[in-house]
Amino acid sequence: MRSRRVAGAIGALWWGLSVACLVAAIALLLSIFAFVALRGLPALRPQLFFTVTHGIAGGLANAIAGTFLLVASGLLLVIVVGIGSALWTVEYASPRAQRLMRFTIDVLSGVPSIVVGYFLYVALVEGLGWGFSLLAGALALAIFMLPYVSRAADLALSTVPREMREGAVALGARPATVVFTIAFPWALPGILTGLLIATGIGLGETAPLIYTAGWSNYMPTLALTHEPVGYLTYVVWTYISQPFAKSHALAYAAAALLMILVFGTNLVARGFVEYRFPRSQRIH
Amino acid sequence: MIAKPWRIQRVGAQAVLRTVTITMAAVSFAVIFLMLAFLVIYAYPAIRFNGLGFLTGTIWNIGNQYGSGSVSHNGYAAMPGAQFGALVFIYGTLMTSGLTMVFAVPFAILVALALVYRVHPALKPLANALVELMSGIPSVVYGLWGMIVLVPWISNSVGPFAEAHLGFIPFVGGGAGSGDGLLAATFILVLMVTPIMVATIRDVIQSQSETIFEASMALGSTTWQAVTRGVLPSVRAGILGSLLIAFGRALGETMAVLMVCGGAINIFPHNLFQPVNTIAAVIVSQLESALTDSSGMAQRSLAELAVVLFVITLSVNVVARTVLRGTDRDGNRA
Repeated sequence: MRSRRVAGAIGALWWGLSVACLVAAIALLLSIFAFVALRGLPALRPQLFFTVTHGIAGGLANAIAGTFLLVASGLLLVIVVGIGSALWTVEYASPRAQRLMRFTIDVLSGVPSIVVGYFLYVALVEGLGWGFSLLAGALALAIFMLPYVSRAADLALSTVPREMREGAVALGARPATVVFTIAFPWALPGILTGLLIATGIGLGETAPLIYTAGWSNYMPTLALTHEPVGYLTYVVWTYISQPFAKSHALAYAAAALLMILVFGTNLVARGFVEYRFPRSQRIH
Repeated sequence: MIAKPWRIQRVGAQAVLRTVTITMAAVSFAVIFLMLAFLVIYAYPAIRFNGLGFLTGTIWNIGNQYGSGSVSHNGYAAMPGAQFGALVFIYGTLMTSGLTMVFAVPFAILVALALVYRVHPALKPLANALVELMSGIPSVVYGLWGMIVLVPWISNSVGPFAEAHLGFIPFVGGGAGSGDGLLAATFILVLMVTPIMVATIRDVIQSQSETIFEASMALGSTTWQAVTRGVLPSVRAGILGSLLIAFGRALGETMAVLMVCGGAINIFPHNLFQPVNTIAAVIVSQLESALTDSSGMAQRSLAELAVVLFVITLSVNVVARTVLRGTDRDGNRA
């Protein structure tokens, strides 16, 4: 059985490499966390939340407010379209249309964010003369978040048990009533999870916003067009390239805050998943 | 298809609901084609002006903005001296993403195998959560880490070491320069696409392989043989699909690459350490200069770049989703 022993030794070597790769991946991840935490948390002072960016540093109030405003507006746009299209896919579409719809949504999730950003820049910011604005930025985020929301809603609505629908119909419920009183409540946790995951993705995006939302040192207003909006990822990108320690501190603070927001959102989302869905039905 | 009784009656609220949702479905279906069509129409003058030279040219020059007159080609005009060749960027995009896959594919497979077969069951949720958290890190944060930690490390340690000991390997010797460049961009991209691949590969292995693993073991293979000869071949569609999705992601990644790629214009890298540029990064970094082009051709040429990137990523994703469609829903949705 010599060859068997050799095979065993070779296997052990490969398994060692495999475990080493896992350890390396986790170590790299932790080192990125540590890097952001060590540099960012000390820089994250309370007054950053109350002052706006100016000159080489200042605070983050405008960027925080802008980030929330952009993501909230993006969500508002994507909720209707994303959930509506999932509803049609599950409730009305023929199997063929279902496949085509899901395929398109999956492919849409692979479109590079900068392509979305440049498209909206040319079409809206310049073409329609909106200028850098809340609405252009929110649309960019909405297009980017659409696949996540739609997929999650689709998946959640598909898990509604047939028996529950049939029961409702047997009790005399109209089709629309079945959708709103049976399917929707059942799917709600899954839909919310999708929205939260989309929120996490929207919070961390930069490329689609640079040429749609622009950047502003002032607190955002609710103007839909002609007023640029600031956001946190922009601070990380630009202030780290400035030659001043103060600017760097602001960039690190923004990065730490972003990580906290993104992971907070993801943790809540995964909490929902654990609570509501068995492992085989996850969307991530 | 089995008749669905709740679909029989379509009146009133039902008709409204159906109309509203089909409109929403049409909107999300149309977005992708609308974007492509619009960009192509907008880029059309550039497509005519640049001709095939766009794909083969290496010089990107918006022309002399203070000169008089203009150059024109195929009936479309730009500033004197203007020339838009995208080969450097196309090369940089394919090179960084291709190199990324060379490292990321074996790395992700090994990590996924360790996660499934070698992590103690009690630690699995933690290890899985860490991998999933990794895919949530915003790309500017990767870029920040790249600029401050990775690039100096490449410049101070990796580069000099490679020059001293590995200089005989083509594309490796010749100095590290500032550290920004092909290697830094590839390293960051490997970090960014690995979690995506690991999550999918882990899921397809877990959902499909138990019986194959047991059967191979019963036939007397070692665990490694059972995995490489039994399990991995059985999930190759899932692996290929996740590979293509990761490749698409790498091709389109913007911010992290922009921050560490060195921003090469008009020049190809001669070794791993020299600056490169990708289509996505150049669209961000060149727009401000393009806006100064009074003929507008530079901006339209950037749109042509966006179209090239769009078409490349679209093809990769269509192939990926077609490959994955054969696998079960879990693999499909990852």
